[in-house]
This record gives sequence, structure tokens and C-alpha cells, in this order.
Amino acid sequence: MSLHATTSQTVGPYLHIGLTWLIIENLVPAGVAGERISIEGRVIDGDGKPINDALVEIWQANGDGKYGEKGFRGFGRSATDDEGMFRFHTIKPGRVPGPGGKLQAPHIAVNVFMRGLLKQHVTRIYFPDDPANPEDPILALVPADRRGTLVAKKVAGKSGALEWNVILQGRDETVFFDC
Amino acid sequence: MSQIVGYRRPAAGTQPDYLFPRYASTVKRAPTQPLVMLPQTQTELSGPVFGYGEVKRGDHDLTKQHAGDPIGERIVVSGRVLDENGRPVPNTLVEIWQANSAGRYPHRIDQHDAPTDPNFTGAGRTLTDKRGNYRFVTIRPGEYPWRNHYNAWRPAHIHFSLFGQAFVQRLVTQMYFPGDPLLAEDPMFNCVPDEGARNRLISSLDWETTIPEIALGYRFDIILRGPDETPMESRKS
Ligand SMILES: [Fe+2]
Repeated sequence: MSLHATTSQTVGPYLHIGLTWLIIENLVPAGVAGERISIEGRVIDGDGKPINDALVEIWQANGDGKYGEKGFRGFGRSATDDEGMFRFHTIKPGRVPGPGGKLQAPHIAVNVFMRGLLKQHVTRIYFPDDPANPEDPILALVPADRRGTLVAKKVAGKSGALEWNVILQGRDETVFFDC
Repeated sequence: MSQIVGYRRPAAGTQPDYLFPRYASTVKRAPTQPLVMLPQTQTELSGPVFGYGEVKRGDHDLTKQHAGDPIGERIVVSGRVLDENGRPVPNTLVEIWQANSAGRYPHRIDQHDAPTDPNFTGAGRTLTDKRGNYRFVTIRPGEYPWRNHYNAWRPAHIHFSLFGQAFVQRLVTQMYFPGDPLLAEDPMFNCVPDEGARNRLISSLDWETTIPEIALGYRFDIILRGPDETPMESRKS
């Protein structure tokens, strides 16, 4: 039997009604091992204005590079506020295998939903100064001058704090994937 | 050695592009740079699991969330969640949201001059069973105006969100009702060229799930992306 996947439709402006019952901005239950990090950022539209009706979902491995292990589900969901901000408290994921079994650099998978997107945006968050970034097989597929949009920035003076933004259009447009 | 298989690419014309100017909000939100093709790795082939710790057993009945009965026509909305190979997708989270029978959302930005209903919030969720079945009890949603173009009205619809078993199966869609004359004019419904794909967004009246004297049944089956049958290891790239 061969069927076709159902056509994607936008979440529309009233997504909060159905989706914010499950807001998970802190992914880390007490006692889970790993390097604690926080990631904050904004979603910005083609006019440079913050988007207050986006939903950002993340999916990540635990500190050992394993998905869906007991004690750490690895799923987060945050709705942007009036400043376009979303936020997560989590742990830095370990390395997981990529194409051909070659290890990928630590990364977090991201889905972004909002009014005006007929299907979600797929992107990734990588970590600043990670020694594995230069050998990451996925980053290598991204034009060099755009790779930086996938790498979070350290927030000065705050240990473990990272900033990563979703810029929908323009010169600093975030790299979005087709998978 | 790896048994990882990839998920199939969508058939031509069955999934929307990002830029679709008839739907005005896409213009400032669609990418202007080319997408980068992402090989499906363990990251994309795995996904979160949800359970009854989060979804309560009554969450599927939107008519029983408040003290009284909501105003409107009670309906049963049910169907199966399958992948493209026809295999059921069990134990997956299904979230829905919708307007009330007057076409109004209880949301701070909904300014439509139609009554809210204190007995209807319009949100539900459930998990599919072992055979991929889901079922909601709700109220038939009303049509509502929006400001996309002059005299724009959305056909009656229910928003659906599904996870599936892999990151690449994540799907948000909308279910419509048969015979709605507004469908022909709706930019969202008409966002893909494939007529068959559009029509699969329309539920069908279903006597099997209709409860005599109580509620009409509407059936809406949802297909998530399916794994390719060919293991990637056997392909030469
Ligand atoms: Fe809607």
C-alpha cells in the first residue's frame, strides 16, 4: 500500500489554544547528568519585527548522545512572547552518528511553527567553539557564509547562557533545511 | 550494519511551498534563500514519546470540559493515523484546536464580533491506540472572517497537530468538512496544486461513528511520512 502524507497546513494565529497546554521550557529534571545550558532567542520576520505568535520545538539527545533515554526525553516547546522571545533550559547533547556512521557535532533539532508558514521550518542549533563543528557532516553541506546562523552565541558574563535567533528573511537569514 | 531507513520525499504537488502570496502572511515569513537538503540522521529518525502522564483520559471530549454543555452541533471526529506504507502509527500524541460554533476562538487576539462560549474552550488531545485510531467528541466549528483579503472567510476547520515516531513525521494540518462552499475560495486549503491532496483534507460523514440521537460522525484519516523500504546502506550515493 502506498499513500501520500497529509498536506501540511499552518498553525494559524490561534495555535496557543491547542498547543500551549504542553509548554516545556525546562527539559532537565533534577538529577540528570550533563552540562547545563540555557538557550534564548527571538524569532524575527522579514521586516525585522519580532514575531509574537511562533512556537519553537526542540529535539535533542542526552549528554551521552542517546535519544529518548529514560530520565531525559529531550523534547522542548516554547511559545514566543511579545518580544518574539523563546527560551529553553537544557543540557548540551552528546555527539550522535550522522551519515555513514561519522559522528555529528553536538546539535539540537528545531521545528518552528507560526501563522504564515504552511509547513514548519526545520533548522538546527550548534554550539559555539565546539571542536567538532569543523568536521560536522551537516554543517559541511551549508554554504560557509551562512553556517554561523546555526551556531548559538555565548552570552557574555553568564555561564552556560547561549543566544540563538531565528531570522526568517534577509542578509542574516537562518539556514532552513529540507529533510 | 546500520538498519536506519529514510522517510520518503513528498509526492509532487502534495505539500505546500513556503511562499504562497495568496496567503498574505507567507510573504514576510517564507525563506528567501534556498533550503539546504538535510540527510536524515538519527536526529531526524527519532522523536519524543508522550503518555497518559500528560494526556488525561477525558481530554478527547471537548464537550465535557466545563460545567455546562457547549452551544452547537455535537460531533464525533475520528480516524486512523497511518504512515505512507499503510502501517498504523500507535501511541502518538494528537492535539486539536478549533473555534466555537459561532466561529470565535477564546484568544486575546480574536476580535471577531461573535459570542464566546463559557462551556467551550476548543482544545483537545489524545493518543492513538495500538491500531492508530483516535477519536474526539466536539462541537462543529463555525466559519469565521479573517483579514487576508476583502471579505475573506475561513471554511469550518479543526486544527490538528501530530508527532508520529520520528522528527520528520511531525505534522500540523487542518481538517475541513464535506460540501463547504468556502473551500473553493480559501487560500490555505488551496495551497497545493494536487487536487487529490487537497480533497484528503476534507473529512467525510461517517455513519459507523455517528451516535444515533446524539452526534454525527466525521472521519478524517491522517497519513504521516513513511519509511522508504530500501535500507540506505544498500544505496550507492
Ligand atoms: Fe483556525
